Amino acid sequence: MANPIIVNGIYKNFGATQALQDISFEVKEAELFGLIGPDGAGKSTLFRILTTLLLADKGNATVNGLDVVKQYKAIRKIAGYMPGRFSLYQDLTVEENLHFFATIFNTTITANYDLIKDIYEQIAPFKKRLAGQLSGGMKQKLALCCALVHKPVVLFLDEPTTGVDPVSRKEFWEMLKGLKGKGIPVLVSTPYMDEAVLCDRVALIQKGALLEIDTPQNIIHRFPQRIWAVRAENMFALLLAIRAFPQTASCYAFGEYLHVTLKAGEADLASLQAYLQQQEHTEMKILPITASIEDCFMALSA
Amino acid sequence: MNPIITRSLTKKFGNFIATNAITFEVLPGEIFGFLGANGAGKTTAMRMLCGLLKPSSGEAFVAGYNVYTQTEKVKKSIGYMSQRFSLYEDLTVKENIRFYGGIYGLSNQQIKDKTAQLLQKLGIEKEAGQLVGALPLGWKQKLSFSVAILHDPAIVFLDEPTGGVDPVTRRQFWDMIYEAANSGVTVFVTTHYMDEAEYCNRVSIMVDGKIEALDTPVALKSHYQADTMNDVFLQLARGK
Amino acid sequence: MHQFLVFVRKEFYHIFRDKRTLLILFGMPVVQIILFGFAITNEIREAKIAVLDQSHDYYSRRLTDKLVASGYLITDQYLQSNNQVETAFKAGEIKMVVVIPAKFGEDFFHQKKVTVQLLADAGDPNTATTLLNYATAIISSYQQELELQNNLPLTINTTVRMRYNPALKSVFLFVPGVMTLILLLVSAMMTSITITREKELGTMEILLVSPLPPAMIIIGKVMPYILLAFVNAVIILSMGVGIFGMPIKGSILLLLLECVLFVLTSLSLGILISTVTNTQQTAMMASMMGLLMPTVLLSGFIFPVESMPEPLQVLSNVMPAKWFIIILKDIMLKGAGLRDIWLQTGILAGMTLFFLGISIRNFKIRLN
Repeated sequence: MANPIIVNGIYKNFGATQALQDISFEVKEAELFGLIGPDGAGKSTLFRILTTLLLADKGNATVNGLDVVKQYKAIRKIAGYMPGRFSLYQDLTVEENLHFFATIFNTTITANYDLIKDIYEQIAPFKKRLAGQLSGGMKQKLALCCALVHKPVVLFLDEPTTGVDPVSRKEFWEMLKGLKGKGIPVLVSTPYMDEAVLCDRVALIQKGALLEIDTPQNIIHRFPQRIWAVRAENMFALLLAIRAFPQTASCYAFGEYLHVTLKAGEADLASLQAYLQQQEHTEMKILPITASIEDCFMALSA
Repeated sequence: MNPIITRSLTKKFGNFIATNAITFEVLPGEIFGFLGANGAGKTTAMRMLCGLLKPSSGEAFVAGYNVYTQTEKVKKSIGYMSQRFSLYEDLTVKENIRFYGGIYGLSNQQIKDKTAQLLQKLGIEKEAGQLVGALPLGWKQKLSFSVAILHDPAIVFLDEPTGGVDPVTRRQFWDMIYEAANSGVTVFVTTHYMDEAEYCNRVSIMVDGKIEALDTPVALKSHYQADTMNDVFLQLARGK
Repeated sequence: MHQFLVFVRKEFYHIFRDKRTLLILFGMPVVQIILFGFAITNEIREAKIAVLDQSHDYYSRRLTDKLVASGYLITDQYLQSNNQVETAFKAGEIKMVVVIPAKFGEDFFHQKKVTVQLLADAGDPNTATTLLNYATAIISSYQQELELQNNLPLTINTTVRMRYNPALKSVFLFVPGVMTLILLLVSAMMTSITITREKELGTMEILLVSPLPPAMIIIGKVMPYILLAFVNAVIILSMGVGIFGMPIKGSILLLLLECVLFVLTSLSLGILISTVTNTQQTAMMASMMGLLMPTVLLSGFIFPVESMPEPLQVLSNVMPAKWFIIILKDIMLKGAGLRDIWLQTGILAGMTLFFLGISIRNFKIRLN
């Protein structure tokens, strides 16, 4: 049996802008595959090509062995899709939305209830409420239920956590983990780099081109340089100082630390320390750390 | 007088209390992070401070002006940028700058000088005649921030300014925020990226219309015995 | 089938939960009919006219009296010679001059034929046309009166136009017009908006990715509007009959069937608009500028087609509304049957098929 999603050399242009260039990857059985990249990287375009809504200029793709162009009708019966924007009917209740989407996929809520049970129970107390009056996190859960209600063979989730607060994001990813147990392959996209580690494998995408495809651990492993976290009381002064240091390769703010790489790696560390100690930075700390996916993304896209 | 002062600021929509008696002050030149879950009341609070929404009760002063009675003066002393709306896509870079300079009452000479300065600082002199819609997203964000502080406001409000922006641009954007704060502008910012909360001097976290925590990131983390601001946020917003 | 019914039910939820749409749907017909029926009427009362009676006999005086007795006209001046006509108009008060030739009565009975000249101030063409219509109608009724008395085929030369609206009630002309306008609005504008709304919301993406055939999506979306438009047609007809005493001389069944046909024509236009627009705003603009404006201006609803310049008269033929207004007037006022209006019916049916054909060709199974 071929892999559930196979993307092979996809190109897509919109007028003069190249939305996708030579995109190829495969999603395996029961895999949670993340497409990680900022807005405008081409994530939604790729999703639309795979869900048969757009035609690629070049290349081909199959979903569950079905060609996205020739066999689009068959794909529409088996795919679950959650588009990027919140796309449920705001003026229908939670229950009515779910019932509607179950019916148009020729099924009922009860037929596949075991699949959506865990998620639906969280929103069930609000089932008489209009979807438009739900909080952002609740809306996403409802949208996921609607995409799952017909027991899709493949699930496409386009930026399900964008604009959602960290609490709801965390809960959403916990639900995706729960789904893995049911054996459904999931292709999910996100602009939040920290969510990459929650996927089995990821593809990093920037400006329509793939930077890397692998497990998050392998990508981090391959990060070529030593990296240090540096902090002090006045972070802005520290940032300017390190950027001015001639041996600095890169210096970016990361939460409460600055992440710093040096041109000669370990060999330059002592001189950096000496350089910073001359200046009046208080409460300064320098720690060696392992890179995050975001470090890798920045290094790869530079 | 501090640039933002609120005392028991409250906004009700019918029976629903969107913002429930919040009291806080923002210090001059501070980067103040205003966090909260979706629907916690951030947007409502921010709109009241910008003079766009009349509070139900309580007091608020922005740049020393009363948000009930001096909304015009409040609006003149603040800059505002949001992820959703900032610049006109169908105007060129120069036309956008001209327009915003114009509505904030800058003279032609001032606009001319500021435009030259700004284009040079962002390194986009060549693109000055291009439509904003044709610029990459990252440039647009930086440009709209520069435009928001074009009239040298005392305070700038940033509503999720970095949503969906690539990691490098996000950091360059924060460099600009630091720089503005360093030059004395008070920055009031909302974000969903918890790492960005760490860049703020002080952070407030809203839960269900109330401010549940307000302190420096370091103090918050030690108080909640958490490693990151993300954990602090999860504890507060989940533990309701 | 179950899928389809659920879809239609969803559409009804959308309609009934949106108070503003409901208000437009059912408030507008009522307001429009009342506005047009009572307020914006092109009826003219007590317009000042001048009479140049060159005959001064019994019959010419009776004609003058008749004109005034109608209540629509007031004889403001009696002119003595042709030279005074110009001055009378220039003074501005006079809207029309009736010129009765010398030997009016004598010619009428001996030559059985006489010409009355009507001069109107065409600076205001609408008023002028109305006044001319009034005057001709009055003169022709005077002629009929004389005919009966004398039992002779006599002619006063003027064209008779208002034959089917003897009371000169403008509301009889407006009810069919308003009805046409509202059916067009509800069917074409509302459907194009409701379809583009799904595109805007992003739900169209999910619907397209579902196993629903695209045709079913469209039919499911327009179905409720057929029903609503029909209800509207019935409301307008009952108001016309009940409040304004409008007759329905022909078959009511035929009338209602013609309404359904026109609703289908408008729906097919709405679908066509929705296939070429992506936002509710452009759909609305397209319906307003592309359908409503030309309909109001060219269908003969407000401005009579006959008085338009040639090119516009030709153009008015492509307005479905023109044909529907003719059908309505013929059935209601003349009591026409299908035999009399088969041509117009055929044209509407043809247009519907044509628009649907293009829509099907244009409809996309994908996003662009």
